[in-house]
Amino acid sequence: MKPKNSNASILYPSKSMKKLIQDFELVKYEELNCEHFVLDIKANEPLPEILPGQFVNVRVDNNKSVFLRRPLSIHNVDYERNVIQLFVKRIGEGTKSLGELKIGDNVSVVYPLGNSYSIPKNAKTLLIGGGCGVAPLLYLSKFLHEAGNEVTTILGVRSSYDAVGLKAYEPYGRILVTTEDGSQGEKGYPTQHSVLENESFDYAFTCGPEPMMKAVAAYAESKDVICEVSLENTMACGFGACLCCVTDTKKGNKCVCTEGPVFNVKDLKW
Amino acid sequence: MVNLEVKLKDMVLKNPVMTASGTFGFGEEFADFIDLSDLGGIIVKGTTRHHREGNPYPRMAETPSGMLNAVGLQNKGVENFCKDIYPRIKDYQTNVMVNVSGSVIGDYVETAAMINDLDHIPGIELNISCPNVKEGGMAFGTSCASAKEVVRAVRKVYKKHLMVKLSPNVTDIASIAKAVEGQGADSVSLINTLLGMAIDAETRKPLLSTVTGGLSGPAVKPVALRMVWQVAQAVNIPVVGLGGIMNAKDAIEFILAGATAVQIGTANFIDPQVSVKIVEGIKEYMIRHQVSDINDLIGAINLK
Ligand SMILES: Cc1cc2nc3c(=O)[nH]c(=O)nc-3n(C[C@H](O)[C@H](O)[C@H](O)COP(=O)(O)OP(=O)(O)OC[C@H]3O[C@@H](n4cnc5c(N)ncnc54)[C@H](O)[C@@H]3O)c2cc1C
Ligand SMILES: Cc1cc2nc3c(=O)[nH]c(=O)nc-3n(C[C@H](O)[C@H](O)[C@H](O)COP(=O)(O)O)c2cc1C
Ligand code: FES
Repeated sequence: MKPKNSNASILYPSKSMKKLIQDFELVKYEELNCEHFVLDIKANEPLPEILPGQFVNVRVDNNKSVFLRRPLSIHNVDYERNVIQLFVKRIGEGTKSLGELKIGDNVSVVYPLGNSYSIPKNAKTLLIGGGCGVAPLLYLSKFLHEAGNEVTTILGVRSSYDAVGLKAYEPYGRILVTTEDGSQGEKGYPTQHSVLENESFDYAFTCGPEPMMKAVAAYAESKDVICEVSLENTMACGFGACLCCVTDTKKGNKCVCTEGPVFNVKDLKW
Repeated sequence: MVNLEVKLKDMVLKNPVMTASGTFGFGEEFADFIDLSDLGGIIVKGTTRHHREGNPYPRMAETPSGMLNAVGLQNKGVENFCKDIYPRIKDYQTNVMVNVSGSVIGDYVETAAMINDLDHIPGIELNISCPNVKEGGMAFGTSCASAKEVVRAVRKVYKKHLMVKLSPNVTDIASIAKAVEGQGADSVSLINTLLGMAIDAETRKPLLSTVTGGLSGPAVKPVALRMVWQVAQAVNIPVVGLGGIMNAKDAIEFILAGATAVQIGTANFIDPQVSVKIVEGIKEYMIRHQVSDINDLIGAINLK
């Protein structure tokens, strides 16, 4: 029998953790490759407590054709400098325009939104990310590392060109790569990495394209691993007012923005 | 000091700014962002006789200057509202109205009757934009006959303020407004969403699970303003205007067209503080234009 650490569960912000609407300032822009970039946004006042898996809803002020805010996971938090880091993939108008912001520009943010991944203690944890789904995993790996967990992160990308931002994970554990063309790490999808066969884990945390998350869920099911996924349903408000973002669960429709974005796969109808 | 107080029949609003059903949850969702007592009123989620799961995801699509939604009245039913939600929200220092929806007349009547017993709910907003299942799915609000029938039935059991929310998906909204006024409506609110649709050309798929959905936001504002103006001229009961209001200037336009009060909808998603900002903005406008009483602006459009 492998050691089981299954006491942890998904965390919800307490009533005292208020949601805020605040103006941030863009202080750093880092182009990772033509598809991905990282934004550092800075608040004028101390940041509230932010949990791993939570997200911000950003207004895209530099493009009048973008109407609603855009939800983005919190990639990292620097409490000393009041800076939140966002990891963004260019998809359409909104994300493209966010990549055209200038240093010093104002960024209106509603945050912190949503719930948090579980933070177990002294467990073997596996983090699997694909595409911009890696965004919440950096801040999560920090929490998991601090709680004494063993952290293994697998980043699944198309080719070495997309394997960006890996250094940031190094302080918190082991980082592995799979590429579809074999140009870096192991060839294939992240769920085909040999570490899944050769080692056992207590928890699997994932975020990214749905087919990848479903593959992670299938692996977790077969190996009796606790599995939590973060969903990216389209949203209008981000704080529970519109009911646009629901996902079908075993207990009916649930709002991804307030009852998620993190769900235990056992609760989903996958 | 300027006077912002308006009256919808016997219901006094401390200012003309209310929030629109389905865009403001039960008000609780906004408590971190604003003081709800700064608003003239709030209209909570569409409530039906029985629990409704709503439509499958995807329920939302952004469109130019607006959005389509197909939430489908997801709610836990009126009994759950009375038992679980009402105790949490009854002490808000503002007018809390319930948006009542249904697909058969009996459901509207039973829901309204149950809410009539709640002391701290001064009125309901009757949503007659829902499909009338008995009449083959045409909305109650799209014919004078069915609009009359549902308002008459609800009026018999509902003793407090009865606001009727009109559908814009009609050729002559003023005649529907007159029809519901004739059955004892205390006020009318308009507009509900305009029926619309969006397709992803790349995948050739509709963006909503229901194919069609309700359009809201600034895209509908000119249509809403025109309808408010037409209805305000046709009826003697107060008119509540909504549709695409994003700021105080928009709100003033609806008041000038004849609205006694306004509702803020989709704008709440983008700025959860927008409703109270609009109250402040109306005040500033009045000071700038040396208007001491908001009631002097109602219908004060200058047509000369
Ligand atoms: C909780 C949450 C966290 C997220 N975190 C991140 C993050 O950290 N980094 C990041 O880059 N992105 C993240 N996303 C996704 C991001 O919000 C979308 O990529 C963004 O809203 C797209 O906006 P756009 O204007 O660029 O594209 P749009 O013009 O809105 O869309 C372009 C195309 O992509 C489709 N599309 C857009 N968004 C989605 C979606 N959510 N699901 C399915 N199809 C979609 C549209 O239908 C359209 O066909 C997150 C989403 C959620 C809900
Ligand atoms: C997500 C969403 C849900 C809505 N739900 C309801 C509802 O339950 N009952 C109702 O009468 N109107 C509902 N509406 C319509 C709004 O109350 C309002 O009439 C419409 O959105 C136009 O105003 P706006 O452009 O300011 O949003 C909903 C609108 C949206 C966007
Ligand atoms: S996005 Fe509005 S309820 Fe989730």
